Amino acid sequence: MSLFKSLAIMLGREPVKPAPSEFTEAARACHDCKLANKRSKEERDAIQHAMHQAHQVHTWRNRRWVALVLVNLLFVVSYRFDVQLVEGALTASRVIGFHMADLNSALQVTLAFKTILINLVIGTSTVLAMWWLLGGRTFCSWVCPYHLLAEWAEALHLYLAAKKIVSDHPLDRRLRAVLWLTFAGLAFASGYPVFEFISPTGILSRALTYGPGLSLGVVAVLLAIEVFYSRRMWCRYICPIGITYGVVGAVSPLRVVFRPQDCHHEGACRKVCLVPHVLDCTKKGFAPDIKVPIGADCTRCGLCVDTCPTGALRFEVKGLEKLL
Amino acid sequence: MSRSDEARRRFLRSVLIGGATIGAALAGWLPVARGANTSRLRPPGALAEDQFLSACIKCGQCVQVCPVKAIELGDIDAGFGMGVPHIAARAQACDFSCDALQCILACPTGALSHHPSKKEEVTMGVARLDKPDACLARQGRGFQGAARGSAFKGVHRYAEIDRWKALAIADHPYDLPLCDLCVRECPIKDAIVMAPMSADPTDPRRTPVVKDACVGCGMCEMICPAEPSAIVVVAGGKGRVA
Repeated sequence: MSLFKSLAIMLGREPVKPAPSEFTEAARACHDCKLANKRSKEERDAIQHAMHQAHQVHTWRNRRWVALVLVNLLFVVSYRFDVQLVEGALTASRVIGFHMADLNSALQVTLAFKTILINLVIGTSTVLAMWWLLGGRTFCSWVCPYHLLAEWAEALHLYLAAKKIVSDHPLDRRLRAVLWLTFAGLAFASGYPVFEFISPTGILSRALTYGPGLSLGVVAVLLAIEVFYSRRMWCRYICPIGITYGVVGAVSPLRVVFRPQDCHHEGACRKVCLVPHVLDCTKKGFAPDIKVPIGADCTRCGLCVDTCPTGALRFEVKGLEKLL
Repeated sequence: MSRSDEARRRFLRSVLIGGATIGAALAGWLPVARGANTSRLRPPGALAEDQFLSACIKCGQCVQVCPVKAIELGDIDAGFGMGVPHIAARAQACDFSCDALQCILACPTGALSHHPSKKEEVTMGVARLDKPDACLARQGRGFQGAARGSAFKGVHRYAEIDRWKALAIADHPYDLPLCDLCVRECPIKDAIVMAPMSADPTDPRRTPVVKDACVGCGMCEMICPAEPSAIVVVAGGKGRVA
């Protein structure tokens, strides 16, 4: 998938089936082969059984939760026990003395303050390089404390939805891009980093280190909306931090890769995915190549990797496929 | 419901929720407009209030380095001042225990400007004798015991006892024939003096007089044994670093 298309889909364009000319020879052969061979009942049963088994797999999710908790604990422990490993909060910090700055917070402050601050340039360069290597929105699912709470709220939402107590109200995905632009514009025009006032990432990070406050009400309201009204509303349709890191991740070497040869096209991955539009290639006959890297909006959370019974979706580091 | 109907509803929902999000974020302006932050004492080196709120990235590194834990972060009632540091001097003043203005050095964005290179150059505010009638010195009275009672949690660096570690004020009782705590514990030379109240040399009454050297650290406000404090710091009194 082209970089342009990957970014456009992140910004809200709906993915479409690639034009016939975009398919490689190998992909076309793979799709034709699948069409020619109808599955027997035994095969279908075996697939259902394998999918059921795969639902019990939480390898990547568990690794991710451990990493997320550890990173956030580092901030807390550093301050509470004066270890001075990671000082500050997720918005800006010093890691063993080196400046780090959250890309979106640094952008908001720079636009509001209208000054290029050398420490923020150093801090954002470090963070930019790090998240380029690690996959951009990897920040969202592996570090952001709101993401973890939202995952639990999502589980509750799905439980209540299965009981028909609540239903999901999806929003237009273009909203997030509109809000990104609006918040950038507001910071510049008003002189205040306006978005920071409701950023649950900043609020939670500070609450963890410096103690809770009334500002946690913002987080509570968001979680309540996500449980009762709109599944994963903040991360999917609103959070500008996601777009900022998504742009970085668009060219990242660390990504999830889809291989249609192994896929049964049952769609289990799209059901667990925070951003299912990036998995459009997993629909039957949609993959334009026999190896398709997943787009910029992917948070590298690994839920699809866990849930895929055949290993058609896997983590990969570009250039290191042979080594790993 | 038809497909286009659902699309129309989804669009309306998105406009509403998007508008609500922007509205909620902009609501942070209201407390600022109502002046919720103007009376707040900002840490040493803080830029003028508007610029300070623009530049602060709300990381709390200044909170972490302060040896007397004088700095706190604003909560949601501060609006755009949420997560932005301030000092509640009555509870815990900045007494420059760190010598080198650590909060300024810790600030990654220069919201705490490097302009002051020593404590005498700080301009946080200026002290003012707010309730002259409550001042013990003006009544010619002394003071015995812990300045703020035995339960007070505030600390202060008594250089003559331990140059490197701040001690609990509650653990440091005084016995003064005439109360001069605000002058005695002021960390800035010649910022506040005791002046006689009459020409009569036998009149023991003295009044604290704040001089130009006052930087507004709030030490006098914290140590004042009157309840409420007779002397307070007016934030940004002399204007902050531009």
